[in-house]
Amino acid sequence: MSLYVTELRRLAKRRLTRVMLVLLVLGLTGVATALAFSSQKRSPAVIAQAQVEADAQYRQATKDWEKMIAECDAAQARGEQTEDRYGPNCGRDWQPQPEMFDPEWSLPYQFDFRGEFSRLVAVFAGAVALFGFVVGASFVGAEWSTGGMMNLLLWRPKRLAVLGSKLAALLSLLAGVTVLLGALWTAAFWLIGSTRGTTAKVTAGVWQSVGLSGLRALAMILVAGAVAFALASLGRHTSMALGVAVGVAVVSEIGIRIGTGIAGVRFADRYVLSTYAMAWFEKQWKLIDHDSCQFVQGACEPKELIVTWQQSGLLFGLAAALVLTAAFWIMRRRDVA
Amino acid sequence: MSAVLEIEDLRKTYKSRRRGDRHALDGFDMLVEAGQVHGFLGPNGSGKTTTLRTLLGLIRPDGGRMAVLGQEVPAGLSTVTGQVGAIVESPQFFPHFTARDTLSLLAGAGEVPATRVDEVLELVGLRDRAGERVKTYSLGMKQRLAVASALLKNPKLLILDEPANGLDPGGIREMRTLMRDLAESGMTVVLSSHILGEIQLICDSVTIISLGRRVAFGPVDQVLAAHSHGAVRVRLDTAEDLAAAAEVLGRNGVPVARHPDHLMLSGVEKPASVSLLLAEHHLYVSELAPVSVDLESVFLELTNTAPVPGQHRQVDESVQIGGAEKSGRAGGGWGA
Repeated sequence: MSLYVTELRRLAKRRLTRVMLVLLVLGLTGVATALAFSSQKRSPAVIAQAQVEADAQYRQATKDWEKMIAECDAAQARGEQTEDRYGPNCGRDWQPQPEMFDPEWSLPYQFDFRGEFSRLVAVFAGAVALFGFVVGASFVGAEWSTGGMMNLLLWRPKRLAVLGSKLAALLSLLAGVTVLLGALWTAAFWLIGSTRGTTAKVTAGVWQSVGLSGLRALAMILVAGAVAFALASLGRHTSMALGVAVGVAVVSEIGIRIGTGIAGVRFADRYVLSTYAMAWFEKQWKLIDHDSCQFVQGACEPKELIVTWQQSGLLFGLAAALVLTAAFWIMRRRDVA
Repeated sequence: MSAVLEIEDLRKTYKSRRRGDRHALDGFDMLVEAGQVHGFLGPNGSGKTTTLRTLLGLIRPDGGRMAVLGQEVPAGLSTVTGQVGAIVESPQFFPHFTARDTLSLLAGAGEVPATRVDEVLELVGLRDRAGERVKTYSLGMKQRLAVASALLKNPKLLILDEPANGLDPGGIREMRTLMRDLAESGMTVVLSSHILGEIQLICDSVTIISLGRRVAFGPVDQVLAAHSHGAVRVRLDTAEDLAAAAEVLGRNGVPVARHPDHLMLSGVEKPASVSLLLAEHHLYVSELAPVSVDLESVFLELTNTAPVPGQHRQVDESVQIGGAEKSGRAGGGWGA
């Protein structure tokens, strides 16, 4: 227990942890602030103003239409060819209709908590996962590269307990940060929705869905931190984890896309990591094979492939388990020189 | 006296497909008794640090036996870790933590009372700089911090690898005094260093390692005596008599080297016999001085690492002790 508490203290004292936490909070605050400023509550006066604008646009369009017909008629009277410029019948068939000018288009953006917050949970998860990845990699990577790990092993020669305590400290910190900032994130957007947007139709079911999204976000953040920790421990340097992350991103998001595109692989995105990340947050992610349709032969429903959050969970869980097992296995056997 | 540290036939081989196998430790033996300050000497690459790392559980040995404070290691290492303070190689600490944070975290990990942190900071002279980040420290200050970390546990066995490295002359003297004080308080100190003058001053006994094997061990004075080779410097009343004296001594089987103003004899067991022999030939000695060797010359001789003009010795070019005679023991009474 003392080792775990010490590692938690060490992690909290680290400059990178503090700097990254400040950057994370600033980033999340920035997103919330920007959204708050861009959102405007749709009061009756705002709706009425939008209706006035829509009516004005309709009147202006009608006026332009009438002017166009008059010009067309005048051109025909001069014996000019008008169909290319004004269309058949001088465009009389295209008379503007009031329903074509929806007041909704003139309304300012209004944040809708029910419809938009689940996506904001994904944004939050992405930011905290990045924080967890960098802090997790550095926590053990810097310890190895500066000799701190060797010092610690001179005090506590049980290697697996040392690595396990460090990992437990990291995951505890990440869980704490996620829960705390997640609560603030939710409260901030509830406040934005209440004051500058809408929180209508937020039922118990919606809250349950938000809660489940939050749990999936927490799992993703913990996996990101644990994988970075394990990679940095394997390579005994922070850059090992960051290098693998960049490598996987380049290979997965660019290399595989180019390769499968050249090879004409169907549903190529099922081999891309971000597909599984999206499926994890959205519960499922639909891949569509537009090449399966011959549209010249009429209407066609293109083939679909559904990637589920369970498949994503299995993939990320297995990857994390594999890397962590390797890290602990190597830790037990390696010479610390 | 009981043995605090025992190593027998310790082996460690680093395998490499490209460079082949390298025997870092090739049947190394070591014994340190309680309450001693023991010097552990060897040229670069001889296996000193590998020995210490293996002893402390950082490296897995390929064979041999080790015991610390009566516990077989590495199996029983966690039992004795609380009584062993160590620094291995250069001091390495997280640069952005202060000295106090560094020691406080180590104390937490080792379940040492937090009050001990200020005690050791005072002991190594870092009390007033304890709140500064380690990255602002000089090498000598880092070295002091490393010693402080090793002392934090108030250990029974203190293992220090190059503790004087980077210290100023005052710091070296303070370190020497500290080592002696610790030994007098009952702590056993194993000291690895290349400052052989310091080792000779501080240590009760030494082990010299070369190419992964022990080449000498024992109390410092016995190691020195075993390698003095009975050298004696002789001066006569008149320098003109040196030639005659050399001839007399040579006839009586004493190896002599002539110098402009003196003779150097070797293999002389009783210097007084030289005086007597020369006096019989009416040659009168004005100076008869047994030449004492220092630890540095013994070290260079044993490890074959003395510099040779025009040659550049490579790291692993040390003496190879061959055959059954694995280690030379200097003088009796110091059991292996």
